[in-house]
Amino acid sequence: MHKSLKWSVIPLTFLFILAACNNTPGESPAMSSEPSASQLAEDPSAACAVLEGGCFEVPAGEPLTVASALAISGDVAFLGNDTNFGIQVAQEERGQVLGRDVEVLHEDAGCGDAASGQTAAESIVANTAILGVMGTTCSRTAVTAMPVLANAGLVMVSPSNTAPGLTNPDHEQYGGPNYFRTAYNDKVQGAAVAKYACEVLGVTSAATVHDGSPYAEQLQQVFVDDFAEFCGGTATSQNAIGVGDTDFHAVLTTIGAEAPDMIFMPIFDPEGPLMVVQSRDVPALADTIFFGADGVKDAGFIAAAGTIAEDIGMYFSGPDLSFGSRYTDDFLPALLEIEGTTEPLAPYHAHGYDAYNILMDAIVAAWVGDDADGTSYFAKNLIVEHFATLTDYDGLTGTLTCNGGDCGSEEVSIAQLQGGVYTEVYTTRSAS
Amino acid sequence: MRRPFRFSTLGIIQTVIALAIVVGVTVSAIHTINGGLLSPDDWRDLFVYGISQGSLYALIALGYTLVYGVLLMINFAHGDVYMFGAFTGFFVGDYLASSEFLDTNPIVALVVMLAAGAVTSLVVAVLLERIAYRPLRRAPRLVPLITAIGASLFISNTARGFYGDGVKAYPHFEMLEGRIDLLGIPVLKGHALVIASAVILMAVLWWFVNRTRTGRAMRAVSEDKDTASLMGIDVDRIISITFAVGGALAGAAGVLYAIVYNQVIWSMGFIPGIKAFTAAVLGGIGNIFGAMLGGLMLGILESVAPVLLLQGWGVPSPNQLRDAIAFTVLVLVLIFRPYGLLGRPEGK
Repeated sequence: MHKSLKWSVIPLTFLFILAACNNTPGESPAMSSEPSASQLAEDPSAACAVLEGGCFEVPAGEPLTVASALAISGDVAFLGNDTNFGIQVAQEERGQVLGRDVEVLHEDAGCGDAASGQTAAESIVANTAILGVMGTTCSRTAVTAMPVLANAGLVMVSPSNTAPGLTNPDHEQYGGPNYFRTAYNDKVQGAAVAKYACEVLGVTSAATVHDGSPYAEQLQQVFVDDFAEFCGGTATSQNAIGVGDTDFHAVLTTIGAEAPDMIFMPIFDPEGPLMVVQSRDVPALADTIFFGADGVKDAGFIAAAGTIAEDIGMYFSGPDLSFGSRYTDDFLPALLEIEGTTEPLAPYHAHGYDAYNILMDAIVAAWVGDDADGTSYFAKNLIVEHFATLTDYDGLTGTLTCNGGDCGSEEVSIAQLQGGVYTEVYTTRSAS
Repeated sequence: MRRPFRFSTLGIIQTVIALAIVVGVTVSAIHTINGGLLSPDDWRDLFVYGISQGSLYALIALGYTLVYGVLLMINFAHGDVYMFGAFTGFFVGDYLASSEFLDTNPIVALVVMLAAGAVTSLVVAVLLERIAYRPLRRAPRLVPLITAIGASLFISNTARGFYGDGVKAYPHFEMLEGRIDLLGIPVLKGHALVIASAVILMAVLWWFVNRTRTGRAMRAVSEDKDTASLMGIDVDRIISITFAVGGALAGAAGVLYAIVYNQVIWSMGFIPGIKAFTAAVLGGIGNIFGAMLGGLMLGILESVAPVLLLQGWGVPSPNQLRDAIAFTVLVLVLIFRPYGLLGRPEGK
């Protein structure tokens, strides 16, 4: 009996995979179709018993629960909060899936301390109702969170991790097959900065500053490599600072002695604005171009060092937010109403919106069926599979295709502060 | 009869370590200076930056050392007392800037901001002592230590709740733009303000502790609380005054820090608090001059030592190792002088 059941489940498994692969690409969230009855197992419990990885079970009357694991406290809470608000907009649009309410639990994965990613992940896996995770804000917390989440069969999709190592199987910080992101890979951002430095700014030497985090360290390395490749640019030095440091006169004086044309500093607040403010005290850096990345391209930086950054003509790289009318007419007003501001807090809100919707689609695709008492079953592997095979998804941030964990749009924007507002001066969208 | 000179094993090891350090530092410094990356002006600037940073550490360290002197406890919440002073200066300065008073009367505005920051930190420090520490006066020494850590988290997160997560830009003083000539050395005006303020405040503290009745009472309590009480000194009042003085200095340091670095954030007290504690230990905790010396030493070490010792050997990012170097020096000082540079062994 048991043996015959096992054989009957094999074709069903193929059916589930086919269902996942055939999920109509490019569907907008509102148009997502739910699987037909023919795609579902008559005995989902038995089907799940033989599926590799098994299933999540959601009892009758319970909501579909997912978690966000973002930085909602600490110095970069504005990044995590901004993303959470984007998720909230998506949830308000699509608060019911498969006839159940969707509940988003918010864990604080922090940013400055890598261990906080692991702590958040452990808290998430302790709650067996959670079907998937949106997070983390910072790459360093993803590194420690992923092993815990993957071990529980959970998928994590990050709206703002950009460190290249997370999706590189040969890298020690590889996030594994359950890791995806709707943000771009910093190989794209580093290349865009290098290209702009070579072709537009015409610089030939640059120093970099990072804070030891996977994001900052890997992004500045991508820049250094591409800077050398694109135009033979020289890295005068690759400097590191400590998170929490407040006095950067010594490192700035050392850099000034090398007289680089440009300083690329993909770090965060509050170190980023502090460094820009103190750069005025070092005469040797008077003509040096300062270039920050998406870690400082936020409202907090403008408040702390915006005037000086504007005076010195500082550049900022980050995701291209020219997402079209759907973003500006529908999404942005809803986001700003929630945030209570006139400008978004940070750049990764739309990526949070896409992460939520893709995760919901994955849950729909992984639905095995309901048993007699109304318990729903969701195949863990099919949630992963949905992400891994995502092709030409019509997201808010662009047309997304997942390639080895990288699902994000690859468009980068470069901006300067003009009149206290980040104003785009270059985008890879127009350059390509 | 003179005792014959005897070598102890520990003494030999210490001497060898000391010689190795002196040789290593000298060779590294010569190597770096000969490399010629930094000009003499750069070295001078690094030194002055270090004095400025060290002056801030010294002002905060005085709070640690004063409290340790009378209570033999480490007030780990002191860095957060400093943060509260900086935030008060921010709100007062913001108001003065919006009313244009700051632009028309910058010196008065600066004094008002410093006073407001100092008074707020004074109040926070006194409340902290009264609410969190006084009930534990007779408890084992570990209990107030743990309480101090809890108080630190409570105060910093309270500030986060009140003031938000993000950084806030401090009001800008035009008069602090550029450099001023001090004894032939061009010093950033902001740093000159920090150094001058620190000298004045430390001089006032010295006068207060050594030339006033309350100061003498503080020293008496520091020596022996029970005997001081028998002599008619209100020990609880003196302890409150000690917290108040340390808090006021920290509040002033917070405002000075924020003026120089142009921003405040709720978490700003943690790292300077740890550094100032280190400075107090380095100089000899419980010793006022030790706190001043330790602060200055730490600031200069952080600014100069990484480049001086490591740049010549091609070590990448030497400035990232400044904390490692500073704490290595602390450990070495404690090996040779366990009670700090100017401290004295307990019981003496």
